[in-house]
Amino acid sequence: MTMPVRITIELLVTQLSGLRRQDVDRWIANGWVRPDGPIGEYRFREIDVARVRLIQELRDDMEVSESTLPIVLSLLDQIYALRRRMARQGW
Amino acid sequence: MDDPYATLGVSRDAAAADIRDAYRKLAKKHHPDLNPGDADAVSRFQALTAANEILSDPEKRGRFDRGEIDAAGQERPPRPSYRDYADGASGRRYAKPGPGVEDWDQDEFDDMLASLFNRDRPPEAAGPRRGRDEHYTLSVPFLHAVNGAVERLTLPDGRTLDVRVPAGTTDGQTLRLRGQAGAGRNGGPAGDAMIEIHVAPHDFFRRDGQDIRLVLPVTLAEAVLGGPVEIPTPHGKVRMQVPPHSDNGTELRLRKRGVAAQGERPAGDLYATLRVVLGAPDAALTEFLRDWVPEHPANPRDAMEGPV
Repeated sequence: MTMPVRITIELLVTQLSGLRRQDVDRWIANGWVRPDGPIGEYRFREIDVARVRLIQELRDDMEVSESTLPIVLSLLDQIYALRRRMARQGW
Repeated sequence: MDDPYATLGVSRDAAAADIRDAYRKLAKKHHPDLNPGDADAVSRFQALTAANEILSDPEKRGRFDRGEIDAAGQERPPRPSYRDYADGASGRRYAKPGPGVEDWDQDEFDDMLASLFNRDRPPEAAGPRRGRDEHYTLSVPFLHAVNGAVERLTLPDGRTLDVRVPAGTTDGQTLRLRGQAGAGRNGGPAGDAMIEIHVAPHDFFRRDGQDIRLVLPVTLAEAVLGGPVEIPTPHGKVRMQVPPHSDNGTELRLRKRGVAAQGERPAGDLYATLRVVLGAPDAALTEFLRDWVPEHPANPRDAMEGPV
């Protein structure tokens, strides 16, 4: 069994081009991204990294403003919650 | 690999701004994380990204136009999309909005789904499944609701249910008959019949919580002289003393003659509001009043005097 990969915020910022650390810090403060660990010792799981990239693409490629992002994320989270639930019900 | 210009739907001499706009427009539509139910969205979005990689970079675009590179050479290895995680168990990390909350409480989530689809909570996929609840309405005569009764409810399928309406049932109250609705599956219990009670109005009683109110007509003699009168209550007639000189509108209270006590709730009272009824014209009364000089003349409309 492999340990889940958890990366630091420094590594995250170097992995995703065009991403600034203060963006990630703000997204964490907004509750949009929820890495493990206390402030200053964040550890990002794979899903956190993918979510940061999604937020980055929403903002930069799709021009979703940060004031609109919470609505988009909330709807996405609800859709995925439904999908997981439906999958469990055998849909 | 398709022509990146065709993929983005732009002409070969399109300006950089047009290419960026075309890519953004298509990315919004085809982003796989926004289309989790669409299996083809991943490949469509990858083609868009690859085309944009070439055309958004003037150097790469020039090399492609000169035939130095082809579109396929720019393809990136497929990367895991957010939806690959969000669709799995790890997605529960972001199931509930708000920082610091990792997960929906399962009950909360079932309730959310139930309200979303306007149905009862979903059962577990396997195992016993409880039958569906059914909702009915039942109209009950006023006194049956106050005193309690057994009412027969005919269901749409022709079955009948004998519903015990407890004393003191109020209008709009819902009674639950356990196990009287949809059959369970896999050994699960049957659902409940939920019966909303509509209490029909009464000719002269009115419900006020645990109290009962009525307007009690009295003769002029009964109002002036007082005396015993018979008064209806939900539990039968009782005798009550009207005090002498009870004016029209006087409210008399009969303790514990309202809705009977049930469990913790004490019995209510009966409030009778007197209404003086003159009745048919009476020659003697008319004659008397014509010559009558009141002992204490007073204008009953005094309170209405003054500037209006």
